[in-house]
Amino acid sequence: MNSSVSSVLPVAEQPGEDTLTVAGKAYTSRLLVGTGKYRDLEETGRAIEASGAEIVTVAIRRTNIGQAKDEPNLLDYVSPDKYTILPNTAGCFDADSALRTCRLARELLGGHDLVKLEVLGDKKTLFPDIPETLKAAEILVREDFKVMVYTNDDPIMALRFEEMGCIAVMPLAAPIGSGLGIRNPYNIRTIVENAGVPILVDAGVGTASDAAIAMELGCDGVLMNTAIAEAKNPVLMASAMKKAIEAGREAYLAGRMPRRAYASASSPIDGTFFS
Amino acid sequence: MNLLVNGEQTSLANVATVSDLISALDIEGNVAVEINREIVSRSAFENHHLADGDKIEIVTAIGGG
Repeated sequence: MNSSVSSVLPVAEQPGEDTLTVAGKAYTSRLLVGTGKYRDLEETGRAIEASGAEIVTVAIRRTNIGQAKDEPNLLDYVSPDKYTILPNTAGCFDADSALRTCRLARELLGGHDLVKLEVLGDKKTLFPDIPETLKAAEILVREDFKVMVYTNDDPIMALRFEEMGCIAVMPLAAPIGSGLGIRNPYNIRTIVENAGVPILVDAGVGTASDAAIAMELGCDGVLMNTAIAEAKNPVLMASAMKKAIEAGREAYLAGRMPRRAYASASSPIDGTFFS
Repeated sequence: MNLLVNGEQTSLANVATVSDLISALDIEGNVAVEINREIVSRSAFENHHLADGDKIEIVTAIGGG
């Protein structure tokens, strides 16, 4: 009987066949990771390896003029030959600086047009500034960027970004770096139900169970940084996140049992010998 | 020539092009350059002539989420 199980599963549920497609490229891993806040580049490289991530975010910043020539470079540890590099617009508080950042990133990465757009509203919450994000997204799409957009957990905004041509929508679970987990699972589920593009939870995951919940809600992936980088043992947490994403995804595909208010015995009630 | 490079006032002699500037500043590795808010592609570094007062940004990829 077991041997026939795999043949009855739809193709998407065959082991190894369930991939995440972003901008026309299929990925086995549904975990996307950032490269900030690590102790050093060596730890960054090891944690990313352990996470199994194939898409890795980077920030675009001024070079240190006068820095030692032999100072290690992030891209030596996180090679564009091995990973899809996803430059972000972190630190941008208006559309114009986000646009400049994306254009510089495309130049830096040799014409690579995949970007993570985030335009932030204030430093306290790092919540997205939606009007500025919309403005930037519209221009970036027109300039042929493939835009993965960070937004709040608003189902209507998620649809707007999809309609205007963003290739993935990434609602926050909770504020960036807060580790508070999925604050509004009902909104995330609604966003997933409505979506025709990949939905990835971006920001707010604190530990492995949070990542699993995002995947059980039907998200296509999760993007995280602080939850791994600020763990006591980042490499071990990266490995935990990899498993949580896989477990959550499988649970989603498997389809969970219904919730009941009361018990339902697992052993038969009939046939007991002591009645 | 007086240039504003990554927010710092910089005075440099014998610098005509973007390539000259990058050598003069001893910058190695992968960078992207914006001058007065316009991208200068890597293939144009050799030929793009700088002008006094240019506002130049030289960026690279660093760790971020």
